[in-house]
Amino acid sequence: MAHQSSYVPKTGFTRWLDQRLPIIRLVNDSFVTYPTPRNLNFWYVFGGILTVMLVVQIVSGIVLSMHYVPNADLAFGSVEQRIMREVNYGWLLRYIHANGASMFFLAVYVHIFRGLYYGSYKAPREILWILGVFIYLLMMATAFFGYVLPWGQMSFWGATVITSLFSAIDQVIPNLGTAITHWLWGDFAVGDATLNRFFSLHYLLPFVIAGVVGLHIWALHVPGNNNPLGIDVKGPQDTVPFHPFYTVKDGFYMVLFFLVFLGFVFYAPNFFGNPDNYIQANPLVTPTDIVPEWYLLPFYAMLRAIPSKLIGVLVLVSSLLTLLAVPWLDTSKVRSCRFRPLMKQLFWIFVADCILLGYVGAQTADAAWHVGEAELPLVWLARLGTLYYFGFFWVLMPWIGKKEVTRPLPESIAQSVLAKGGH
Amino acid sequence: MANASTEPTRRDFLYIATGAAATVGVGLAAWPFIDQMNPTSAVLAMASIEVDVAAIQPGQQVIFKWRGHPLFVRRRTPKEIAAARAVPPSDLPDGLARNANLSDSAPATDANRSIKPEWLVVVGVCTHLGCTPTVSTPQSPQGSYGGWLCHCHGSEYDTAGRIRKGPAPQNLAVPPYAFTGPTKIKIG
Repeated sequence: MAHQSSYVPKTGFTRWLDQRLPIIRLVNDSFVTYPTPRNLNFWYVFGGILTVMLVVQIVSGIVLSMHYVPNADLAFGSVEQRIMREVNYGWLLRYIHANGASMFFLAVYVHIFRGLYYGSYKAPREILWILGVFIYLLMMATAFFGYVLPWGQMSFWGATVITSLFSAIDQVIPNLGTAITHWLWGDFAVGDATLNRFFSLHYLLPFVIAGVVGLHIWALHVPGNNNPLGIDVKGPQDTVPFHPFYTVKDGFYMVLFFLVFLGFVFYAPNFFGNPDNYIQANPLVTPTDIVPEWYLLPFYAMLRAIPSKLIGVLVLVSSLLTLLAVPWLDTSKVRSCRFRPLMKQLFWIFVADCILLGYVGAQTADAAWHVGEAELPLVWLARLGTLYYFGFFWVLMPWIGKKEVTRPLPESIAQSVLAKGGH
Repeated sequence: MANASTEPTRRDFLYIATGAAATVGVGLAAWPFIDQMNPTSAVLAMASIEVDVAAIQPGQQVIFKWRGHPLFVRRRTPKEIAAARAVPPSDLPDGLARNANLSDSAPATDANRSIKPEWLVVVGVCTHLGCTPTVSTPQSPQGSYGGWLCHCHGSEYDTAGRIRKGPAPQNLAVPPYAFTGPTKIKIG
């Protein structure tokens, strides 16, 4: 822990326990007395929300697995017939789990963009950021495996397209890519063997995520939270104890978040879903338009923007790996975009770019915008978007960081907060 | 130590022997854990099928299932064959026949894509990311080459199943097959 432990066991039992397994001390130091910058705003509540969403997904997933059958002939029926119609509250559990995944990603995207905006990846928090990227990648893998399990048409063809990304290796080392896909499938095509192993991995990965989340929180508590000003905590006047200040703030927004989440569960449970997934998997017929879940759309758009298979796959992979390099790509001495007028604009363009890529990813491969007589194929929009995505990280971030004239930083968190409080 | 020596000791021997045994042991034990994911003997045993194509009309395509994949058997019209033959080889993004019945270096001429020109037998898996392309017919054209269009990412194939446009890198694969009768084909 970065701060001095202030825990004093009060009873005979807790004194006895504290000398053998100081677990109450750990919880106390991490979530009660943990000194937190006093100026954390709304955008800092999503870390707590994400932790709770992980628990929601694990608990709902464990009970769903008590009724689900990972078999190519039975899986679809075990979801649509048994869980949705026969199991008590099965429909609720399934909708919680399916919409929970979307809410999980919604929260993680806010969390990531918040980190980008306030420069939370900058020293001394590089490892914290990198662990976060690992969690994000693990989340995508888990969500992908989970989406395959209901064994609908989108499940099946999504699995086919994503695993076939590995066949691009054929263009570097002939036949190796195909051998890898057969190894992943356990067959010559996605089938029963694939479904079985995806179920196994879907059950495993959330616990791996939980482990990395533990490391993520550990890496957070060593330097302590960054904050909207992006300046270091200088003393006790800059902080408040985590409890009750942020337990209440996180809790309050968690309730609001759950209102939105449960709004989808009860009133629009299929909002994020694709109707094609209510058709059982058919290995002989591909749906007319394959669309991944919304949270993968920007990357899907980048994959489709490139007319070459190998380069398309490389672009997709590097768009994710780029995130690992961010702490070193940003050369600015100032963390928060509040004091970086230029970076702030580039950041919001980047957010818009991700939304644009997401939009294009949801359209058909040959879609176009018609402006009067002119026709703008969306693939060109995706290419522009891809260019900005990489340009933002690899060109603008290192360059602007050196050129930009930043605004003066406040003396301290306390001074800034008190000045705003008005006198 | 008083009598320190540079001679190897029994402890050094135990240290190296244990380390070597552990390394080799883990290495050997890893292989079964990796190889168990490959297709099982039961999957490999179901690798060939025999189909009767007599009912297929000219210009029609029928889809069979082979090794979990769709298998296209298309009875080509003389016009479709002529269109495929008229293509200069330099126009082809993939110059290889991709025909399992020929050598790997056979060029992608129309003659190299089928055993009997009337019957085109190809694996219905887009060589981009594995979707099933949609067949093009005069009534419902798909793409501009008369063969197939893959809706997933827009790859277009001609009437010999050769890639002509889009992200797919290779021609549709021709599986190992043989005619066992005038209209009977054994695939695999």
